[in-house]
Amino acid sequence: MRTTLLAGLLVLLSSLAALSQQAQTPLANPGTADPSPMQAVLQEQGALILKSSRKTISPAIAALADSGLPEAQAVLEAWQVKALWMRISDGMFFRGEKLDSKNYRLFDFDTGQAVGDVAKSDLKQIKPNSGIRALIATALVQFQLSDPDPARRADALLAIERAPGADLLAPLRASIEGEVDPVLQARKRRIAQLLTIAYDSDVPRRVATIEQMSGDLGLDLRGTLNPLVTTGLQAFAGQIPEGLNVARRVEPGAGALSQDAAYDILVAAKLAPARLSSDEIRTTLAAHIEGGRVGGVPLAQLNKEDARTRAYAALVKAGQAPALVSAAQISARLNAHVFAEIYDEPSAVMTHAAQAALKTIATQVAVGQAVDLTLDALSLASIYFLAAIGLAITFGVMGVINMAHGEFIMMGAYTGYVVQQVIPNHTVSILVAVPLAFAVTFAAGVAMERLVIRWLYNRPLETLLATFGISIALQQLAKNIFGTQARPLTAPGWLDGAWIINDVVSISYIRIAIFMLALIFLGVFLFIMRRTRLGLETRAVTQNRGMAASMGINPERVNMLTFGLGSGIAGIAGVAIGLFAKVTSELGSDYIVQSFMTVVVGGVGNIWGTLAGATMIGFFQKGVEWLNPSNTLAAQTYMIVFIIVFIQFRPRGIIALKGRAAGD
Amino acid sequence: MSMLLEVSGVSVSFDGFKAINNLSFAIGAAEMRAIIGPNGAGKTTFMDIVTGKTKPDAGRVIWGERNISLLGMSEARIAREGVGRKFQKPTVFEDQTVLENLLMALRAPRGPLAVMFYRPSPVDLTRVEELASEIGLLEALQRKSGELSHGQKQWLEIGMLLAQEPRLLLVDEPAAGMTPAEREHTTAILVEAAKTRAVVVVEHDMEFVRRLDCRVTVLHEGAVLAEGSLDHVTANSQVIDVYLGR
Amino acid sequence: MSDTFLKRNPSTLVFLAVLALFVLGVTLLADGAGAGVISTSFVKTLGKTLCLALVALAMDLVWGYTGILSLGHFAFFGLGGYMIGMWLMYARTQAIVVSSLSEAPIPATESEIVDAIGNQIFGVVGSSEFPLVWMFADSLLMQLVLVVAVPGLLALVFGWLAFRSRVTGVYLSILTQAMTLGLALYLFQNDSGLRGNNGLSGLQNLPGLDHVPQATLSIWFFWASGLALALGYLFAAWIVSGKFGSVLRGIRDNEARVRFLGYSVEGYKLFIFTVTAIIAGIAGALYYPQAGIINPAEIAPVASIYLAVWVAIGGRGRLYGAVIGAVFVSLVSSWFTGGQAPDVNLGFYTLKWVDWWLIVLGLSFVLVTLFAPRGIGGLVDLWSDRRQPDRHGADLGPGVGALREKEAEQ
Repeated sequence: MRTTLLAGLLVLLSSLAALSQQAQTPLANPGTADPSPMQAVLQEQGALILKSSRKTISPAIAALADSGLPEAQAVLEAWQVKALWMRISDGMFFRGEKLDSKNYRLFDFDTGQAVGDVAKSDLKQIKPNSGIRALIATALVQFQLSDPDPARRADALLAIERAPGADLLAPLRASIEGEVDPVLQARKRRIAQLLTIAYDSDVPRRVATIEQMSGDLGLDLRGTLNPLVTTGLQAFAGQIPEGLNVARRVEPGAGALSQDAAYDILVAAKLAPARLSSDEIRTTLAAHIEGGRVGGVPLAQLNKEDARTRAYAALVKAGQAPALVSAAQISARLNAHVFAEIYDEPSAVMTHAAQAALKTIATQVAVGQAVDLTLDALSLASIYFLAAIGLAITFGVMGVINMAHGEFIMMGAYTGYVVQQVIPNHTVSILVAVPLAFAVTFAAGVAMERLVIRWLYNRPLETLLATFGISIALQQLAKNIFGTQARPLTAPGWLDGAWIINDVVSISYIRIAIFMLALIFLGVFLFIMRRTRLGLETRAVTQNRGMAASMGINPERVNMLTFGLGSGIAGIAGVAIGLFAKVTSELGSDYIVQSFMTVVVGGVGNIWGTLAGATMIGFFQKGVEWLNPSNTLAAQTYMIVFIIVFIQFRPRGIIALKGRAAGD
Repeated sequence: MSMLLEVSGVSVSFDGFKAINNLSFAIGAAEMRAIIGPNGAGKTTFMDIVTGKTKPDAGRVIWGERNISLLGMSEARIAREGVGRKFQKPTVFEDQTVLENLLMALRAPRGPLAVMFYRPSPVDLTRVEELASEIGLLEALQRKSGELSHGQKQWLEIGMLLAQEPRLLLVDEPAAGMTPAEREHTTAILVEAAKTRAVVVVEHDMEFVRRLDCRVTVLHEGAVLAEGSLDHVTANSQVIDVYLGR
Repeated sequence: MSDTFLKRNPSTLVFLAVLALFVLGVTLLADGAGAGVISTSFVKTLGKTLCLALVALAMDLVWGYTGILSLGHFAFFGLGGYMIGMWLMYARTQAIVVSSLSEAPIPATESEIVDAIGNQIFGVVGSSEFPLVWMFADSLLMQLVLVVAVPGLLALVFGWLAFRSRVTGVYLSILTQAMTLGLALYLFQNDSGLRGNNGLSGLQNLPGLDHVPQATLSIWFFWASGLALALGYLFAAWIVSGKFGSVLRGIRDNEARVRFLGYSVEGYKLFIFTVTAIIAGIAGALYYPQAGIINPAEIAPVASIYLAVWVAIGGRGRLYGAVIGAVFVSLVSSWFTGGQAPDVNLGFYTLKWVDWWLIVLGLSFVLVTLFAPRGIGGLVDLWSDRRQPDRHGADLGPGVGALREKEAEQ
């Protein structure tokens, strides 16, 4: 609402400027009227067209559009694209085509024939401003709705959707029958229905349309229905006048409307005198200081409310200040008035129908939102799962706490970024980046295991600290190489956009891809742990290192490979996370605590636990965000509090190993 | 004779495996008892249950003259009730001196504030010296216990147990890794302790058990297989089958 | 009693003497005393360093002695800072507001003053109402109580929940880290009532002491920090010297054994966790008036890990080690990151310490963990070993202790 007002104001200003420029232009001479009908209409409206003001142009456009002449569309289109020219010598209007910078070729509208080439200095171009162009566009809609080109018909429908209006209803309805394209016809029907609800003068028809469309989840329908049920709070002296569509009566001081607010409405409606604010009282007091006293009260005492009241009362008594509105007066005024919420829509039948329809829609929207929230939560859960699955191997299976895990995720994301710098094709680059990220972080993981971690097995706290040292070093290294600003990692084009089920439920393809990736990772993990030699050896070494070693397994090698595997998976997760999050040196640290939480809450040493943990944390966080959508930080705080409490009840996580096998 | 500890009908299982199955056991106030049994018979789990480390799925553990239940009490509370436990491997605080180890174990208020303001009185120091000479560590009082030999650590741990002045001593394989001379000394300490309190010794070594000269309880698959004198149980054919015969 | 205590702990006397000399020296050389050798800002840096040493001491008690690797003690430190910051900011804004309102022709009422203060303080987060947490902000005494009470209560509640469910080792570390993260994220919100990421500022000005120059104030705070560190050190030395210290180290090395001796391990952990949280809160309350500003970024989990880094580099399990670590690392860090360290020109690349210091710190931390688990304090052992050749007991850190506990329970 406010923006249209502003736009109108701008248009007005610019047209004023245009007007002053055109003051010198000689007006058309109506005497030289041509027998050709289009030119005649143009000449009739010539003055308005030349004035070119958004305020006054409407009749001219209407005259052209309603002339019934087949050339009207061509004139309006020429006008809209600034190709309408007036020959200064005789005031005739033509379509102009540029020959070179100086000369234009003119075409007659009626005949369509070229009438000659004229120097630009002998012509005046009609330049409609954006406001006028919008009006022309609306006028053109009725022509375009039946245009042979389907693309233009679609454009016309888009124009209607953007700027619906009562006058568009009739031409739109008229064009439905003749529409050959079934998709466009359906769209025309729908828009016609919406326009009917909004603008038709026939109330039963509007109500019937509302009932027809009830249950539709489209935002456009809600956008059409909502203005029908808006209310305004109004005050009336005595009784509410007949003929108003009353939503409900409101008692001041009870419920939503406070006494003060009610009185302010009276003041705004000029039904009561304004109260003085404490600022105004202070100003008045300050204006009447006499010899260190105001109204006989010493200045020093005026830092108390009651002293101020006394001083002001004295001023009122002396006639030096307007009287305060007393509490009794306020309540008397309030009693003398009734307050009610009044519908902006005058027809009660309409508001009822609209409300019923909105209620039906609201129920369905709630269901839709629940589905949407579930999808959101699932996708968040898969992100946590991706971030945590590497940890589920290094921490969960091997018991090594790796604080640099987040930095491996970051490394993977940066690997993706670097690959994209070399390979511009996004699809190819991602396909290259995934194995490369795995290779890079696998190597980093193996190096870290060889150099640091293997010396610290069975000293978990020291592992934590040492890997933290690596974590800060890696983070700073990334900062030194890539700078502090975020680097883009762009998803391939086919991952852009979203799978839109309706206006409420939608999920972006990238999130679906991450969900799929999480499932693939789960499968790969299970395959490696259960079906491969490495998995067998890893489990053997984890359960009894000495026994495994005596059976010919090299624990050093197994630990190295397992750690490399966990780190490599973190790298791939980094590529996936980088696709939707900003790639910065802090990318990893944003996920590290949540990842550990996921593993701990799920139950250490069990991949299903990690899955359950990720799911629980994802759903919980989305749930809290849903309760308090403005504040994702609070959601994280509550999540952490929840986890701390959760640990009370299941100290070993959701899926716990029991008994002596769990170890303490 | 009223019993100090009565365990009746206790069962516990880990992931479906019944570690203890309807076990009943009782010991008097001043009695020595040896528990023997093959690996996995449930000896350590039995101790875990009595000391509160493991919660049984069923059964009762009744303690003392007032017949209070030990189930639901924390390990520390049970220890303060008078149950002392010696682990299989010597677990002393190796970073601390023998004196510190013994002082920590010495019977005294255990609350944080009481401990914070605690300073050893001459009586306490005398008691520690008595204990130290009993376990043969009088000369080593100022040494870090990590520097002691394996056998000395075992004795230190027994000394710590005695310092607690428990009414029931649970001792897990006290003679493991000891030289014959050390074993003899250990036997003497335990026999002496059993004069004033109940002592339960879990042991593999039959010679050591024989030297203790006490009633023997044989555990098998989480339940009591036989009970009586060593000669009595070793004559039991079932016992021979599951344990001695192998 | 205290004679024997000091006699048994000669390192305490040495430490106190060194600290006293240090405080005296800085005082004489500082701007505030007229010598002007040490700038006011450096006096503040030194004062802050003493506060960091105090919180490191708390960390050493809880980690080095008791074996709880808490990644939450810097959060308690920050909370202490917030509590004193609230009063400093309120009282100072009040002074400004009162003086500006006193120029008005009509003297202001109390509610007008409070409204104006609220506007001043919360304008940045688009509010002017005082949230409930500022209830006592006008009373220095109450806020001082809160400096102790808020970190203490948080530690008590969190510790009770965590220890009760027998969360130990790295799990506890992760849980404390989560607590810290949760607190930081909470404070980052604008409607947390503590000005969101703007934090509290202008804390270097003491209300009512506008006439005292910062040079003098910095010395006062330096003294206060020195005194707090001395008292903290005495207290810490006292509790670890006796049987209480024995129990703490016992919990570190073998928790189960301590439990079977009849000590309520959870109670002791909770006690030491809470007490050290309070010490951290006091250290924070002294630190932030010298820093001048506090915001939620200060509380981020990484700060608490740095605290562990200091203690580890200094040598955990010995009190002077924690102090040495905190002083050494924080001073060296501020030297390198402050831009004072000369760049190293390698010919093909100029090494800027501002960029590379963290990498050096991180890697040296790894090296300390791997090769010198006893930290800088271990150097003292080299010296004392030569004097007392009979003491050659293997050092038993908490890490190895954890392993031993596992064996014990098999």
